[in-house]
Order: sequence, then structure tokens, then C-alpha cells
Amino acid sequence: MSTVPARRGLLSGTRWMPYALLLPGLLWLALFFVTPILTLLSTSLQEGSISTGFRLTWRIANYTDAFWNYREQFGRSILYASLSTLLALVICYPLAYFIAFRAGRYKNLMLLIVVAPFFTSFLIRTLSWKIILADSGFVVRVFQTLGLLPAGGRLLATSVAVVAGITYNFLPFMTLPLYTSLERLDASLIEAAGDLYAGPVTAFFKVTFPLSMPGVVAGTLLTFIPAAGDYINVRFLGTPAQYMLGNVIDSRFLAVLDYPTAAALSITLMFTILVLVGLYVRRAGTEDLV
Amino acid sequence: MKTNLAGPAAELRITNLVKRFGTAAAGANNFMAVDNVSLTVPPGSFFAMLGPSGCGKTTTLRMVAGLEQPTSGEILLNGKDITHLKPYHRPVNTVFQNYALFPHLTVHENVAFGLRRKGEPDIAKRVDAMLELVQLNDFGARRPAQLSGGQQQRVALARALINAPQVLLLDEPLGALDLKLRRQMQLELKRIQTEVSTTFRPVPPDQEEAMTMADTIAVMRHGRVEQLASPVDLYERPATAFVANFLGKSNLLEGRVTGTDGALLLVETHGVALRLPAANRPATTTNDLLVGVRPEKLHMAAAGAQLPASHNKLQATVTDSSFMGVSTQYVVRTAWQQELTVFTQNLGVDGMRARDTAVQLHWDPQHTFAVPRTGALPETEEET
Repeated sequence: MSTVPARRGLLSGTRWMPYALLLPGLLWLALFFVTPILTLLSTSLQEGSISTGFRLTWRIANYTDAFWNYREQFGRSILYASLSTLLALVICYPLAYFIAFRAGRYKNLMLLIVVAPFFTSFLIRTLSWKIILADSGFVVRVFQTLGLLPAGGRLLATSVAVVAGITYNFLPFMTLPLYTSLERLDASLIEAAGDLYAGPVTAFFKVTFPLSMPGVVAGTLLTFIPAAGDYINVRFLGTPAQYMLGNVIDSRFLAVLDYPTAAALSITLMFTILVLVGLYVRRAGTEDLV
Repeated sequence: MKTNLAGPAAELRITNLVKRFGTAAAGANNFMAVDNVSLTVPPGSFFAMLGPSGCGKTTTLRMVAGLEQPTSGEILLNGKDITHLKPYHRPVNTVFQNYALFPHLTVHENVAFGLRRKGEPDIAKRVDAMLELVQLNDFGARRPAQLSGGQQQRVALARALINAPQVLLLDEPLGALDLKLRRQMQLELKRIQTEVSTTFRPVPPDQEEAMTMADTIAVMRHGRVEQLASPVDLYERPATAFVANFLGKSNLLEGRVTGTDGALLLVETHGVALRLPAANRPATTTNDLLVGVRPEKLHMAAAGAQLPASHNKLQATVTDSSFMGVSTQYVVRTAWQQELTVFTQNLGVDGMRARDTAVQLHWDPQHTFAVPRTGALPETEEET
């Protein structure tokens, strides 16, 4: 009906302009994402050693061998990452809830405090946990006094320390998305639930929590994905008995120079995380939420 | 607890309700949202609260719903004290201003929410019946975001009504709708009210809506009830200058009581003698008052024309006129330079009166009311 010509923006003068604008990003991705992935994939199917050189022989057995030899570390990666994600969720949800609904004028200050650890490096933060959990530190002494730890028992160099370290390091990644989705939540919905005979607990599980699902999904992904690949926490707070896949990849690549195994492990981990995340997001059904 | 409260429409009685925000020590931050409000809403009636924003009507409603704790006072439902009952223990349901529909649930589940919490039987069947009542039978599977504003409102209404509340609270429920839809919803609310017979207690956003829908209206201002009456009484016999101007327009003239003439009260205003029903005299101790008359009650006649002997009369000059189709609105100036508003019906008898024409205003003394001078604020005030 209308014959008004389509609106023309400043940059829509030519047909190829949008693609030209995409080009820098695409080049960047091609150079620094696609190329390394392809190199990694190729490396994972090679045979040989650093002295004789590596040749692409399409050896699929690299994968099965690597997986079988390091299945324990693989399982531990998933387990530690899951535990840390769950712990972070349990710690951060009440925190985010408080900041979003109760903090009043201290809201910004509290958010600043949540982000404050980022002002120091990841390494420094992890190293300070080493001091906190040290055998002579007050945490161990308090635990021993309370009988939570036998005399002479230690926290450092145990899986408890590793999971605690990972959890701590990813707290802001969990808190911020949770806060954002709770902050957006219309408080009158919670009042409406109360008005419709839902007590505080029911109102939380029927209204507040389902509506904060986008934050829960974002927070758990932001925590789980990097946590599954983490190796710094184990290095400082654990021992080889707590090694995660990241540590194996690290040592295979940089110490043993067994590139094919390291590459195969990297690809396997990446693929596993992709599948788990895909299933999780599908299950959480966040696309239904506003 | 819930079962012995549940039942047909109930009488709602509010006594000396006070809500103070901030502590007494907070000084300037201390704000009286609701200041000693007492009122009774008979069972099954349609009750409305009106007032400028910030007058305390929403706070009062929230206290009845249990969403706000009163500082003092009592709320009784059929004689039972519900003042400190949690919202989820009250047989009261609210239609929220923004509807507050659960976005993650379907229309069907939204309506079923209250019944599910109470663990009642036959939920699916009852929800379907309720959706039929609000004419949304085919929308059960949709999400609230997929509905229009009017449909969302009907879901909100259904979600509250299905619980058979003894009191249904509506917080400016029709405010978000356009005029046509609003008319439709007003009629629908009336219809549903007759069908389910619960006490409706809405806080409509505008005067006209309240006039159409309510049996009783409370006009609130500064946290107090200024007047509680039927729409007709409120309009014809406002108790204060604020009410006189909040509901429609009023011409208010400063006057002084000079005597009585049978059932009529004699008042002198700027040297002009006026009469009004003695019953309309406000309960004040002084003789000073404001005499009021609605613009549409004023008749306009040419200077020197013969006027009914019993009528009140004033001389004035036309200063402005605007033609509005069914009526013409004139602004006229009295001898003492006060501007009055006159609505004349467009009967096609006499033409428009030109500017600066001298006219006579006259009206039936029965159409005259009076309000106290104290606390008189001629204009509707805006609060933030």
C-alpha cells in the first residue's frame, strides 16, 4: 500500500557494506579461532615425537588411548567443576537475592565488593588461598578445634582445597548474572503469589526461582565451563592426586611435549562441555522466559 | 483458618487505620500515608476510593490485601480481625495495577495458581469455567506476553475471582486500557460482579470510571477520607472544597450566612443574596462558608430578561467561550472579578454569546451546596 522508500541509513548505501563491516570480526575469528581449532584437530590425529617430528596419520586411537589413560583426571574435571558450580550457586543465590531486593542504597557498594577481587590477579588470589588453608593457618586450627578435621589433618593438598579454590575464583561470575535477573524481577509478582495463597517458600520455588532461571543458566555456564578447564587451582592447592584434565593437557603440551595426546584431550574436553551445556540449556528451557 | 473464612461476600470494616512510613524519630522522612481512616464496605457492594496520587488509597488497599502492615488500627472481615494475617491467609484477592501475571506460566496455570496452592479439587474444570466467564476459553495454553492488554486484564481478574474471595481488590485496574476497552471492561466487571457476588473494592484511576462503577466512593486526600458517599451525593452535595473540585468542576463563592427562610439558608456573597437548602449547610461553627454551584446547573440569560423569581441570580460578563458540540463552555466574570464556568446545553435556541456581553446567571437554590472555608483549596492539587 505504501510507496515510501525503505529508510536508508548512513552506511547502507551499498549492498556489500554490511559484509564489509563484518569482515574485521570474521578475519579475527578465522585467524585466532578457526585456525587454532583446525591445527589442534590435525595435531590430535598425528603420530611421532618431538625428535622424529609429527606426521598426520589420522590415528583415531589417539583419542581412545588418551581418554582411557586419563579417564580419572577427566572424571575429576567434570566432578570438581560440577561441585564448584553447585557450591557457587548455593553461595551466590542468597547473596544476589539480598543485593537485588534488600540492599537498598548499599546495592552499588555491595556489587563493587563482589567484583573487587578482580582487581588482583587470578594467581595472587589463588596463592592467598594457599596461605589461608596452610597447615599452620587459622582455618585448619579452627576446623581441628571444632573436630571437623582430625589432629594433624590438613586442608591444603586435598580435593576440598581445590574445590574451595575453584568455587571462590568463580563467585563473581555466578553472582552478577543472578543479580541481573533477580533485579529485573517485578516484585509485584512475588506479592501476587502471596495474594494467591503461596507462602514465602512456595512463592520462591513457584515464582522467584523459575523467573531467575536465565540468571541461573548464565551463572552456572560462566562458572562450569572455565572451571572444567581449570588447572591453576590444582597446581597451587592440590597435588597430582587431584589433577584435573587441564593439568594433564598442561604437562603433555609443555613438559612431555606429547602434542597429539594433549590435543586429543583438549578436543575431547571441549566436545564434552559442548554436549553437556547443550543438554543443560535445552533442559532449562530458558527460551520460554521473558 | 481458610475454610471458616471462605464463603459469600463479606462486610469489610476498617477502623482508625494508620500507616506511617519511616520512624517517628526520622523527622522529615516520617510520612503519614494513611491517617486514621475508618470506613465500612457493605457485603457485595462496589466500593471505590478516589484521590490524587499519593493520597493513601493504594496504601489502604495494600493493607487490606496484607501486603503492607498498618502502623495501627484494625481491619475486620465479617467481624473477624485480619489486620495481622499474612496475605496468603486472607480470603482477599487483588487485581494488581500492572496485572502481575506470572510470565513463565500459561494463562491456564496463572488462573489455577490460587486453587493449586489451596489444594482444591477439580482445578482443570473450574479454570475452564472461569476462562469462559471472562471469554478467554481459547487462550488457556498461551503465555501472558502473547495476550493484549485487555486480555491480560481479564486473566488477572479470572485469577483473582476463581478463589471466590470475600473481597476483591482492584488497584486502578482499568488504567492501562484505552477508552473503548475500558468501557467494555467496566460493563464486564459489573456483569461478573452480579454473577459471582463478591465485594468489589476498586481504586479506579479516574472520576468518571468511579462514578460509573461504584455504589460508594471514598474521596481521599493526605491520607484521610475527605468524604464517603454515593456517587450522586458526592457530586451534588460535596462536603469539602477539595471534593467539589476533584469530582467535576465547581464554582465556589465566598459567602456569609445571614439567616434562614423556611427550609432555605440565606447567604450573602459580595453583596448578592443567595439561597440554598438549609440541610446543605456544613457542620461548622462559623457563618463563613463557600457557596458552590456546578457549571451545568447555571442558566444564562440576556441582561434585563425576566428570570424565575425563586432562582438565585448573579450579574456577569462573558469573557471566553468554547464550543464543544453538545455544549458550550463559557467563562464569565462577576462584578467582583471572579471567573465562573458555565456549561450551556446546545439546544439551538439562542446563538453563541459574544465576548463582553453582559448576562444574567440564575439557578435553582436546590442546586446550591456549601462547603467550609477552612482547608479550602480551589484547585485539585498534585502530589508526587
